[in-house]
Amino acid sequence: MELVNIALKGIFVENMIFAYFLGICSYLAVSKTVKTATGLGAAVIFVLGVTVPVNWLLENYVLKEGALSWLGPDFAETDLSFLAFIMFIAVVAAIVQLVEMLVEKFAPALYGALGIFLPLIAVNCSILGGALFMQERQYSTIAEATVFAVSSGIGWFIAIVAIAAIREKIKYSHIPAPLKGLGITFIITGLMGIAFMSFSGISL
Amino acid sequence: MSEKVKEPLFSKKNKKLVTDPLSENNPVTVQVLGICSALAITVSIEQAVVMSASVLFVVALGNVVVSLMRNLIPDRIRIIVQLVAAASLVIIVDQILKAFVPDVAAKLSVFVGLIITNCILMGRYEAFAMGNKPWPSFLDGIGNSLGYGWLLIVVSIFRELFGTGKLLGKEIFGNAIDQTGLYGMGYMNNNLIILAPFALFCVAIVIWVQRSINKNLIEH
Repeated sequence: MELVNIALKGIFVENMIFAYFLGICSYLAVSKTVKTATGLGAAVIFVLGVTVPVNWLLENYVLKEGALSWLGPDFAETDLSFLAFIMFIAVVAAIVQLVEMLVEKFAPALYGALGIFLPLIAVNCSILGGALFMQERQYSTIAEATVFAVSSGIGWFIAIVAIAAIREKIKYSHIPAPLKGLGITFIITGLMGIAFMSFSGISL
Repeated sequence: MSEKVKEPLFSKKNKKLVTDPLSENNPVTVQVLGICSALAITVSIEQAVVMSASVLFVVALGNVVVSLMRNLIPDRIRIIVQLVAAASLVIIVDQILKAFVPDVAAKLSVFVGLIITNCILMGRYEAFAMGNKPWPSFLDGIGNSLGYGWLLIVVSIFRELFGTGKLLGKEIFGNAIDQTGLYGMGYMNNNLIILAPFALFCVAIVIWVQRSINKNLIEH
């Protein structure tokens, strides 16, 4: 039940884009057509689902205060949490590189679909944001962290596919010239954010 | 080294590096970089100022560091090297904020860490510092973070004033609970303004105004 709750929260209530604006740079840049948006969205789910559990292990067995106690009593009070940023981003960059190579080798068809988006994702705020929220909210088991990661990814996917679909249609509308492109996309995202706010407070 | 050959520190070209990103080539409204944090932390002026100062520090110094190492960095792993440079600087900023302004640091929460993936950083490191000398890179970093900063501060002034009726924590419109000042006449704060979606409308309005003035920036 707890897991379902985390999943619902990740997808709707605390949607990465509409509640925290994470990964909104690539959200704006790659949402011109539904096809590319789907590709990037799938890549984000995938990378979040891999990196957050790894960072959870890192956080709980290396970085947190007392996390190193498995090395012996001398390490029981070591607190490396100030290293979190550099470790998380290194893990994200390394895993993205690794995933890119593995996918290219073993699933060329998937690589054709995701290929160009994977390197972009290392600097997508939502990936590092996922790791930092995981740290801040202190999920107690790796299952919770994984469910959180995948559902946040799904939320991000829904958001980017929705905006891409709207942008494809709105291309033919008459809007004031200075608002064309970027401006109107901001306003639509804001309206969608207000719509998503109606989910707030829902929990099982 | 004779003085004649050397380019003056503030030549016309160098000045342009600082002034260009303020309007014509603004990182937020024109290059569409660094939006995530620009939207999330503009609820109060204090947060916006602290965030802009942190970004200024990380972009300007990071630009210098990357620029000094530009001939040593192998092409294939340059992104990781840039990320490590950024992450080290952000750790310094984070520790300083936690030590001196703990309450603001707590409000900014994950967004200090997210400076690492702020696209302005990677954009400037990759596009400018990798191909230019340290001094122009430093100025470029200053210019871009000022361009980012003024937008943040404008949006946050608007949101704090109309969302909470305060500026920098001072009550401008009177006290809402005691019904003094404007509140006595029936004025109410618009709570929608401090919620997340309104930040998007604010930035859209800035973009609208900017593009109405400067027609070259209109997209077709």
